[in-house]
Amino acid sequence: MNLTWRLAWRNLWRHRRRTWLTVSAMVVCNVLLIFLIGLQLGSYDVMIEGSLGPVTGHLQVQREGFQEDQRIRDSVPAATALARTLRRALPEAEVGVRGTAFALASSEARSFGIQLQGVEAAREPGVSTLPGMLAEGRYLRGEGEEIVVGRLLARNLQARPGDEVVLLGSGRDGSMAAAVARLVGVVDSGVAELDRALAQVDLAWFQSVFAMGDHAHALVLRLPHLEAVPAAKARVQTLLPPDSELVVLDWDQLQPGLRQAIRTDMVSAWFLYGVLVLLVAFSVLNTQLMSVLERTREFGVMLALGLGPGRLARLVAMETALLGGLGLVLGILFGTVLTLALARWGFTYPGMEEVAQQFNLPARLYPRPGAAALLVGPGVVFVGALLAALYPALRLYRLQPVAAMRAV
Amino acid sequence: MMRIATSLRLLPSLLTLAWRNLWRNHRRTLVMLSAIALGVWAMIFMTAMMRGMIDQMVQNGLATLPGHAQIHHPDFVRDPSVVNRFAEPGGELLAALEQPPVTAWAARLRVPAVVASEYASRGVTLLGVDPAAEAALGSLPGELVAGRALQGPADAGVVLGESLAQRLETAVGRRVVLMSQDPDNDVADRGARVVGIYRGRLEGDEERFAYTGRDSLQALLGVEGEVTEAAMNGPDYRRVVAWLPDIRRAAGASLSVQPWQTLNPFLASMLGLQDGYALVFMLVVFLVLSFGLVNTLVMAVFERTRELGLIQALGMRPGLILLLILMESLWLLLLGLALGNALALATLWPLRDGLDLSAVAAGLEMMAMGTTLYPLLELSDMAMASAVVVGLGLLASLLPAWRASRLAPVVALARD
Repeated sequence: MNLTWRLAWRNLWRHRRRTWLTVSAMVVCNVLLIFLIGLQLGSYDVMIEGSLGPVTGHLQVQREGFQEDQRIRDSVPAATALARTLRRALPEAEVGVRGTAFALASSEARSFGIQLQGVEAAREPGVSTLPGMLAEGRYLRGEGEEIVVGRLLARNLQARPGDEVVLLGSGRDGSMAAAVARLVGVVDSGVAELDRALAQVDLAWFQSVFAMGDHAHALVLRLPHLEAVPAAKARVQTLLPPDSELVVLDWDQLQPGLRQAIRTDMVSAWFLYGVLVLLVAFSVLNTQLMSVLERTREFGVMLALGLGPGRLARLVAMETALLGGLGLVLGILFGTVLTLALARWGFTYPGMEEVAQQFNLPARLYPRPGAAALLVGPGVVFVGALLAALYPALRLYRLQPVAAMRAV
Repeated sequence: MMRIATSLRLLPSLLTLAWRNLWRNHRRTLVMLSAIALGVWAMIFMTAMMRGMIDQMVQNGLATLPGHAQIHHPDFVRDPSVVNRFAEPGGELLAALEQPPVTAWAARLRVPAVVASEYASRGVTLLGVDPAAEAALGSLPGELVAGRALQGPADAGVVLGESLAQRLETAVGRRVVLMSQDPDNDVADRGARVVGIYRGRLEGDEERFAYTGRDSLQALLGVEGEVTEAAMNGPDYRRVVAWLPDIRRAAGASLSVQPWQTLNPFLASMLGLQDGYALVFMLVVFLVLSFGLVNTLVMAVFERTRELGLIQALGMRPGLILLLILMESLWLLLLGLALGNALALATLWPLRDGLDLSAVAAGLEMMAMGTTLYPLLELSDMAMASAVVVGLGLLASLLPAWRASRLAPVVALARD
């Protein structure tokens, strides 16, 4: 056995240049795969967090039907008390309570319809990235009669911090809701939809203006990482009061487009990967086919000496495995170095900034170093190489010793 | 000079020789040919798919914007209020809009408004339109799911999006209240009957846009004969710059005329990024392909070392040997290109009526796309793929070809 491996290894180096060219093809392909898969996974992470950060969070508790129709009367009763229960049961989660209502916001000069959120000023920074995106002024302090609005809304209202904003809407009981708030801050999330129509006020004040009592519309949960979502969702489910018509929605239900957008993007990525692997497989096929054909005489002699075609086929398979192994090891080595370097310094290309902004991504991407990104691509290339060598190896079974020895 | 002339004279026979050499080892040639064809196919197929995707994003974006260019009061983009309005196009501007290259145009009143039903209110962008002109522009929502479309600029009814109607708990035939600001900053409101419900290209649009007749909205706001926006289409959205200056001149200095690239820079950068991405994709595929190509040539040279030594000893100049090997590579590349292009055409043809992607509709919505993908095959992409493969392929072949031409005849002949 040992001897056959040594034979295979030596056979490999009978054509140094050819072997290196084939190995290089594999290494280049492996490094490309590691780089692309790492970048892809890294950007998905950022894309998910970026999309969920400003508003959605990882999990929300809502009244059934609120997600679809956003009706003010589909509210969560005793919301703050429920939030306290959740915080006790899930100490790793940040929990914030929000109320949502439509309102007509008017400044001295202009009026616009907006989506008004009542938030817990002290808790909101834990569940949302919005408070951290202040462009002007300060965030809410939980004192009531204060409002924070998106950048485009502030521009459209022609209002600046210190100005008064009149809010008009209807309360949960159908009564007229009217109030005046002082603009204290302007947030710039980079997402036009939010910047154009979002405004936040303090929850307690919101509840009194919109006749909500102790009701709110959503309990927003933020977890340390995405992987913790399913377990937390199951846990929250058990904590909801029975017969309350409350539901727990995870980020996939709250923003169904996100996962699908990722899936769509993956299809085109896998297409590219598939083509690269196939091209490398062709390269290996060619090399091994040549190396078998040019040894026809030699193999004929070995057959005549009593070696079975099975052993010859195994020899070719071993050669391919060594060839592929070399590509695998070197590929992973260079790929790791590249990934680590990029994970440190990031990666960007011209024109990416505007596009990244639309999807809430930073302009610089960092690949995610991890076993999946490092091993999947090279592993598939290795298997592809072995499969490619099947045809040349199987040809050996058709070899006739006498005819083979006569071959040039 | 003499040498080049000789080379040229020998070119036909070199081509024949190269062609025959190629088929001395038909298995290897076929494997390499398959690899090149696969690579070329992938380049063209993938680019066509991505082009189709981007084109649809841009088309959707332009239908929503709407138009290839828009005319506004200079302050409107910064302050989208009815205060920043202008008189409906007339005179020189009207003449410019009515003749080619402008293919369609529409003047509209676009104002922020509130739609209130008995149960709920929502903020929307209310568009006072002339339905016939908008239809020519292609800016009306595609599909009516209930009721009727607006019948003319004087139509006082309102057409709402499906999901907005659902959130307002209203339906065709019911009444809603439209509220907006008039030029004096007073709230103007009136009741309106919901005459139609539409399904938008994107769900986000359904909640954002409500439509009513232009004259009736002008009457509500007291701005008869005035609009806030005029949108126009030209023959090709990529070539707006060609005709925009004429419109600008006709519109005069008091109006701002902007192409879609300025109004929606995201769409423009998406389109630009696409061109770069297609080239990067092709180069990546080629890079992996090139190793196989070089390898094939190295082997072809290696197994003919003696032969190459012999023809050199017989007086063939190194330059011609270099040319011979390059010709072999050229044949291989051209055959692969032909096959790959044919394969791409054959696979894209069945998809010309679109590829149904409704399984991931919400994800496509995030990217501002519909649920059917129409691949877009552009001649320039096929040309780019071919140029990359032939150009860089020959470049990669230079090394083995050069080595073949540098063989010392005596050493080569002595090889077993």
